[in-house]
Amino acid sequence: MKSEVMTNIIDGSGSEALLKVRDLSLSFFQYTSGLRQTELRIISNMNLEAYSGEVLAVVGSSGSGKSLLAHAILGILPSNSRLSGSMEYKGQSLTQEKKEELRGKEISLIPQSTTYLDPLMRISDQVTGSVEKKDKGLMRERQRDTFQRYNLRPDVGKMLPHELSGGMARRVLVSTALMSSAELIIADEPTPGLDERSLDETLRYFKDMAKKGCAVILITHDIEAALKISDRIAIFYAGTILEEARIEDFTNEGENLRHPYTRALWNALPQNRFQKMEGHQPMQDELNGGCVFFERCSIRTEDCSKDIPQLKRIGEGLVRCNNVS
Amino acid sequence: MYLKGENISFGYRKDDLILNNVDISLGSGEVLGLVGDSGSGKSTLCKILAGYEKNYQGTVSIDGKKMPSNAYNPVQLIFQHPEKAVNPRWKMKDILNEGHVVSQDVLSSFGIKTSWLERWPNELSGGELQRFALARALSPETKFLIADEITTMVDAITQVQIWESILDIAEKLNIGILVVSHEKNLLKKVCHEVICLSRINNAGLYNELAFRDMQNASLGGMVPE
Repeated sequence: MKSEVMTNIIDGSGSEALLKVRDLSLSFFQYTSGLRQTELRIISNMNLEAYSGEVLAVVGSSGSGKSLLAHAILGILPSNSRLSGSMEYKGQSLTQEKKEELRGKEISLIPQSTTYLDPLMRISDQVTGSVEKKDKGLMRERQRDTFQRYNLRPDVGKMLPHELSGGMARRVLVSTALMSSAELIIADEPTPGLDERSLDETLRYFKDMAKKGCAVILITHDIEAALKISDRIAIFYAGTILEEARIEDFTNEGENLRHPYTRALWNALPQNRFQKMEGHQPMQDELNGGCVFFERCSIRTEDCSKDIPQLKRIGEGLVRCNNVS
Repeated sequence: MYLKGENISFGYRKDDLILNNVDISLGSGEVLGLVGDSGSGKSTLCKILAGYEKNYQGTVSIDGKKMPSNAYNPVQLIFQHPEKAVNPRWKMKDILNEGHVVSQDVLSSFGIKTSWLERWPNELSGGELQRFALARALSPETKFLIADEITTMVDAITQVQIWESILDIAEKLNIGILVVSHEKNLLKKVCHEVICLSRINNAGLYNELAFRDMQNASLGGMVPE
């Protein structure tokens, strides 16, 4: 019943989504003391759609589990995880076999941490490695072009990962993903540690990829970066999406934004009001079944503590709140 | 009290200097920003100032005295990734109180809840761990903090919370802070002054520190093209 309602709400838009994620929930089994196991829920009831030609940003604080969304789409979750809900890619169900077939080819990941580089392998081998080795020469040429675009010196190719600075390593990771001809690009925190010029360049390149017809999912905590290039922004908080808004709604004092959290986030930015909000994001064991934002909310009512509000469409956006209209 | 780095030169390889004759000075109670392209040696400079990197040329001193090698280090470095700076097998209370007991005052001004002390590092978010890292760094001997991209990984609201706490405490204890960040808007809000580590020629030498006053600054003009 719930997912039917959801489908109706979300399918308001015209064209077919390249990737649809429905009611995705993800939890981990952990050993606590001795052999006692607990289930730790990271993502609950998440809905997402990525369209070709669009950049969708998923914005949330680090450690909130949004990277695991990327891992879930690529099928690289560890074995102690449990995933529920459904995913569709090009109208077909995205099973584990399908994920393994597509990843690195049609679906490409730009990983979060620079530790994803093999410490014992020279950079050029890692960068060209993601493509079939039919023509080594052509690959090298492409690598040179990509490196030049990202301001990496040609001799970087001969280096080992520990010789790179943080920003350089990140540019290497971006180059690696761009060597393949992917249709869905998932960029997991591609921006921290980049100086402004490289940041703008990286972001512009994501935008270009979208213009060429790729669907880009930009997973980031950096709402400023997201604002620069995204078409839509989904706000991820305590394991779920509180609001999905079009980029135009992020203006002035945030009066066009619907959810109180999104508004607070907008006003906390250094270039806006740098305004503080009390409290912290609840940990999973602190949730009591109600709205995840209940503790910090300024417009809460008693009903909010009883049930998680449904995602509903208001104007051009989606919002998970009972008290806005 | 001044933390001074003078004529600092350093290279990870002999033929490739990253820092070339860099001078930097940070006073008590001062909040100094440091910007620069990635790879320009910001983090390396931080490590040298905090005594993590030994094989450099030049001197690092506090009020003319060389840094003590055996005593508690008055210059504390805070990293971008707090999860890498804690022992995953220790509870937060043990991590926090290793070496010295952190006062309740410091804990509450960083918004650290008592219940978090019983948790393991993997049960806390990045922002919460960063608060612990900061509280841990503030022993009575600490005179200078070096904040290397410390709020790069947290959301905007947590960023405001953390910076308000730091600035508040630094003012109370008269601590000098070096803030490394790419976020110019943040630097404009928290720093008194910002300097830039910049590349001077194509040979890969970085050697000039540009000083500007924040009051009449658009930082945009500072980073050399």
